[in-house]
Amino acid sequence: MPGVYSCYARRYARLVTMPTNAPTAHALGDVTASDSTLRRFLHGLPGVDAVGLEARAASLGTRSIKTTAKAYAIDLAISMVDLTTLEGADTPGKVRALGAKAVRPDPTDRTSPSTAAVCVYPDMVATAKEAVAGSSVKVASVATAFPAGRAALDVKLADVRDAVAAGADEIDMVIDRGAFLAGKYMKVYDEIVAVKEASGAARLKVIFETGELSTYDNIRRASWLGMLAGADFIKTSTGKVAVNATPANTLLMLEAVRDFREQTGIQVGVKPAGGIRTSKDAVKFLVIVNETAGEDWLDNHWFRFGASSLLNDLLMQRQKLATGRYSGPDYVTVD
Amino acid sequence: MATFEYAPAPESRAVVDIAPSYGLFIDGEFTEAADGKVFKTVSPSTEEVLSEIAQAGEADVDRAVKAARKAFEKWSALPGSERAKYLFRIARIIQERSRELAVLETLDNGKPIKETRDADLPLVAAHFFYYAGWADKLDHAGFGANPQPLGVAGQVIPWNFPLLMLAWKIAPALATGNTVVLKPAETTPLSALFFADICRQAGLPKGVVNILPGYGDSGAALVAHPDVNKVAFTGSTAVGKAIARQVAGTTKKVTLELGGKGANIVFDDAPIDQAVEGIVTGIFFNQGQVCCAGSRLLVQESIQDELLDSLKRRLSTLRLGDPLDKNTDIGAINSAEQLSRITTLVEQGEAEGAERWSPSCELPSSGYWFAPTLFTNVTQAHTIARDEIFGPVLSVLTFRTPEEAVAKANNSQYGLSAGIWTEKGSRILAVASKLRAGVIWSNTFNKFDPTSPFGGYKESGFGREGGRHGLEAYLDV
Repeated sequence: MPGVYSCYARRYARLVTMPTNAPTAHALGDVTASDSTLRRFLHGLPGVDAVGLEARAASLGTRSIKTTAKAYAIDLAISMVDLTTLEGADTPGKVRALGAKAVRPDPTDRTSPSTAAVCVYPDMVATAKEAVAGSSVKVASVATAFPAGRAALDVKLADVRDAVAAGADEIDMVIDRGAFLAGKYMKVYDEIVAVKEASGAARLKVIFETGELSTYDNIRRASWLGMLAGADFIKTSTGKVAVNATPANTLLMLEAVRDFREQTGIQVGVKPAGGIRTSKDAVKFLVIVNETAGEDWLDNHWFRFGASSLLNDLLMQRQKLATGRYSGPDYVTVD
Repeated sequence: MATFEYAPAPESRAVVDIAPSYGLFIDGEFTEAADGKVFKTVSPSTEEVLSEIAQAGEADVDRAVKAARKAFEKWSALPGSERAKYLFRIARIIQERSRELAVLETLDNGKPIKETRDADLPLVAAHFFYYAGWADKLDHAGFGANPQPLGVAGQVIPWNFPLLMLAWKIAPALATGNTVVLKPAETTPLSALFFADICRQAGLPKGVVNILPGYGDSGAALVAHPDVNKVAFTGSTAVGKAIARQVAGTTKKVTLELGGKGANIVFDDAPIDQAVEGIVTGIFFNQGQVCCAGSRLLVQESIQDELLDSLKRRLSTLRLGDPLDKNTDIGAINSAEQLSRITTLVEQGEAEGAERWSPSCELPSSGYWFAPTLFTNVTQAHTIARDEIFGPVLSVLTFRTPEEAVAKANNSQYGLSAGIWTEKGSRILAVASKLRAGVIWSNTFNKFDPTSPFGGYKESGFGREGGRHGLEAYLDV
């Protein structure tokens, strides 16, 4: 029975009937009626067994992705990168270089896909927009007093409006972790709703800072809270704390978006960010997407990597697949 | 956008060199059977003949037992620390040769390389390391000062975990100072014969370990041999009963590890996604050919629909096919005989009115295959809820209260394993204390460790293997 699979089953068949009418969150509309209904709903979600979750993530990490599958996964991963620079030292020159890299990641190979977006601070949005003008690359801006989120709501909303006015296509907000950990879920919810409104047509990514929420139960609750409040994407981390995206927390969030779509018909994207540096890691995340949420999420409209150094590793692996040998860091651009 | 199809990722067969024929391993040498009989072993995924194996008859059993008896004198007199050195050496060689042995086991048994690589082989090495550690500490094991070995152990093992069951049998026997005659199953003799080679590589004294491939009659001759002091058997309940009758009235010490019909109990407050993984591990690990498989799913009625939807979705992602492919989740059934037994019981399940479901699944045209299957609308009265199927077939039953769950779980002639899924710690303890099963997993399933004793209640057998308890079966205490 050499090589080829004789079978693997009707994959990702949707066994739960999808709502046929226009998708709205109405199936769950009343859970956000009050602080107590929201709390009851979030605390009523099934618990997460940490050992089991991590074992499942580790087991998906043993999938062996070779040859054509690897080539597909690497190109898909490149197309999903939100190429990010979030430094106090960012300058227009740095952001322009990043934009050029996002549009054409490998100057020696025009078949390489562009990244999904560049991700910058609000004051760099205008520069970034110019740098990617005419391409498919979006400009995402962090906002809401990123990364700590410790500011008054007015200030956060002004931050958002500033980024949107400068042309941001996507807003990456942070939730108020202090309020979440204090159990003030409605405050977190209201803030997301307000930011969503201020974002207008820009797609909203909601960052939970999973490393600060600490438990998997909290990450599941935060995921549902964010989706109920209208998040277009749920995102693990800012990249500014000790623990960022992990296979396990991303798997958990993928279960959440899968289950949310089954209940409401609304599809929400997922963005792990921080700590994903190698192609091997990126491919493992794509396997987790494939076998958890399914192929509907294998598209940069629904899945992103928040990363910077990852891109060059993906490009080196891509060159290796094309030429059969490793090129080395001098054959990809340093920006 | 194209779908993410995993390209074939086969593990190389080149790491293992299977000879066209193998003899019996008696007194440190490979020899032909006295009557010259041989049988063939095939790869269940392709039906390719892998090798021709000498088949042990009564005369060979006698020769092997005599060799073991002769070796016993010196082996049992060695200080425990010296026996430990051999066991540590064997454990290290197993680790060094683990890739070769994993590929070999996958070829001969049909189970996926993912399992032999990540479960069987690490556990085999761990078992030898664990009992190596006991060899010089027997005085402190709780069996009194200077506990003595029994003598010659006759061991008969099944085909579902060929090398792991060998480790479970041989490691504690040697650590305690016994010598061994072991009969592997007729469908999976190869890894035991490779183990014989490892014994030689480790310099183990001749006759301490003897391997006699053969069918049931070879096993029966071994069990019946008057100079065998200890019988250890893992396999079917029917054969276990026959052995119990055979040794009744003799001085032979016996442990039997037999069938099971494990209940995997999922309460409404369970961590659902992890419970689904546990159900899958419980019944589809090793194609369900596991004596402690969670073959009965007892789900609280209030979450049945939700859980079954999740479970079916998960089953649809299982990858069935070439066992040597690193991405294969479900491999081949071990033999035509076993496949036919599974098929018969599944047909009976349908005939008795249970509802059968499998993910749409095309099976390879050669080899022995069975699609992952689940049955709903199953009651305690159905044959598929009572009889051990020993295949990738899950029977789903419901319950309303914890009392009912316990009553149904215990309502079985078996009592080997059970699982409890709930986020409530007090419920885990309360339910576990009422379940009559030798191994109870909470919020996990099919987790094995050499430090943990394993064995059954009722028709699942008696005696414990593994852990400190596992020493007792090989000591005169």
